[in-house]
Amino acid sequence: MNVHAVKTIYRAEMKRFFRTIAQSIISPVLSTSLYFIVFGAAIGSRIDEVEGVPYGAFIVPGLIMLSVMTQATTNASFGIYFPKFTGTIFELLSAPVSFLEIVAGYVGAAASKAMFIGVIILITAFFFVDLQIAHPIAMIAFLTLTCISFALLGFIIGIWAGNFEQLQLIPLLVITPLVFLGGSFYSVSMLPGIWQTIAMFNPVVYLISGFRWAFFGVADVDIGVSLAAITLFTVVCLGIIGWIFRTGWRIRQ
Amino acid sequence: MTSIVSVQNLRKAYATGFEALKGVNLEIEEGEILALLGPNGAGKTTLISTICGITVPTGGTVTVGGYDTITDFRATRSLIGLVPQEIHLEPFETVFNTVSFSRGLFGKSRDDAYVDKILNQLSLGDKRNSRVMTLSGGMKRRVLIAKALAHEPRILFLDEPTAGVDVELRKDMWSVVADLKASGVTIILTTHYIEEAEAIADRVGVINGGQILLVQDKAEMMAQMGKKQLRITLADPVTSVPDTLAAYRLDVSDEGDVLTYTYDTKGERTGITKLLNDVAAAGLVLSDLQTQQSSLEDIFVGLVKESA
Repeated sequence: MNVHAVKTIYRAEMKRFFRTIAQSIISPVLSTSLYFIVFGAAIGSRIDEVEGVPYGAFIVPGLIMLSVMTQATTNASFGIYFPKFTGTIFELLSAPVSFLEIVAGYVGAAASKAMFIGVIILITAFFFVDLQIAHPIAMIAFLTLTCISFALLGFIIGIWAGNFEQLQLIPLLVITPLVFLGGSFYSVSMLPGIWQTIAMFNPVVYLISGFRWAFFGVADVDIGVSLAAITLFTVVCLGIIGWIFRTGWRIRQ
Repeated sequence: MTSIVSVQNLRKAYATGFEALKGVNLEIEEGEILALLGPNGAGKTTLISTICGITVPTGGTVTVGGYDTITDFRATRSLIGLVPQEIHLEPFETVFNTVSFSRGLFGKSRDDAYVDKILNQLSLGDKRNSRVMTLSGGMKRRVLIAKALAHEPRILFLDEPTAGVDVELRKDMWSVVADLKASGVTIILTTHYIEEAEAIADRVGVINGGQILLVQDKAEMMAQMGKKQLRITLADPVTSVPDTLAAYRLDVSDEGDVLTYTYDTKGERTGITKLLNDVAAAGLVLSDLQTQQSSLEDIFVGLVKESA
């Protein structure tokens, strides 16, 4: 195993993250703060508790998930797409590294960045609402798994994308709607009958529900189901990456 | 001499059905500079990419330093540095960081002193902390070479290092290559500039249509195929060569104005003195004399034409 290579890729990616600090950190923190002000304070003050949790606090897990999923996906997809775009991918392909080491470097870095942002948003949230975390270990586990699995998804998107438009297509058209409709700002039980059933087809519902359970001990779906869902999602992404590795799809002729 | 790279019956067909390499055999000797000469689309880049692991061969084997490039890819790739044809660099990185990145990627522990040494060797010392995008084209090429050398490879592939580079910079690049050879690095460069191969290579391989047509010592090739010609321009045209000059097998051209004598440059005696005496004795009056030597270019054009 070429540990130096994994570390080198990881460090280079992290360095870029901190080089573009305004874009990387300030913008997610700012947008989350705006959500707290608009939804938590302005609208939330007129909403009763949801599932026994004050609305301002109720949206915190969803807001963290919203940022973490988007950040993990876009960071990982950009991370591997950029060398394809600049042509420097030749170096990765001619280096004594296996595909899995490349994945470890890029996905590891993207997951770390998303985690970093998730934690910053959580800290920001403490300034706005009164928050207690019921199951801290489960919270960290869910956060970590989400960061890794969505970074894997982002990596796949980055390999697949042939241009910048395609690179943004999936995060914009698929992930954002799924996250918004996945119960970030409401409990699925608040939806009218048929929509509750439809919502159950949205994989993000299980992640947000599980994450929220870790905070408040209440959930839309059973915590076991949530855990199974995130594990399944991770396994599917790993399977696709394994397939890309074997076939060299879109990277090695 | 031992082979450091051995290519056996290498074939590469792309998904489109295009056969870029049709059974290439090539032995590259340790410490030499081999120039792969060929027109655009000959298969030069595909050959290099396959040896370096960027493209997967359809058939055949490649060993580098005795290791197979597929089963022992870590060993072979560690031995190789690749300078691509296009300038592929991350624009926002600094020169030092991008070179140091290459070193780590190839599995070497961080060594700032070594990276600085390479940068100085390539006259990039004062650009150490400059961002890549602020450099000139020639400097960027040097950065690519520095990146390729960062992990101390024993073999360096230069894919058209001087394509689209001005004359001064080309000469500059040649001296860089000569320095590298002196430090013991085996160098394989592709080019379609014949003068480049002529100027710096020890051996020349001619590739066309996915096949190696010839690999030979440059001097040998030139000697074997290099003929010299003496053009004798006459004051008064002749209708035929006088019998006394028949032994020289002269060609008559330009309506009898020019006699051309072809001789071997490596011959003990070229026979020029005797010829000129005999020409004078035959009563012919000379108005001009000219000699010309066939270059690698003539040899190359001849070979490529034959294979087409």
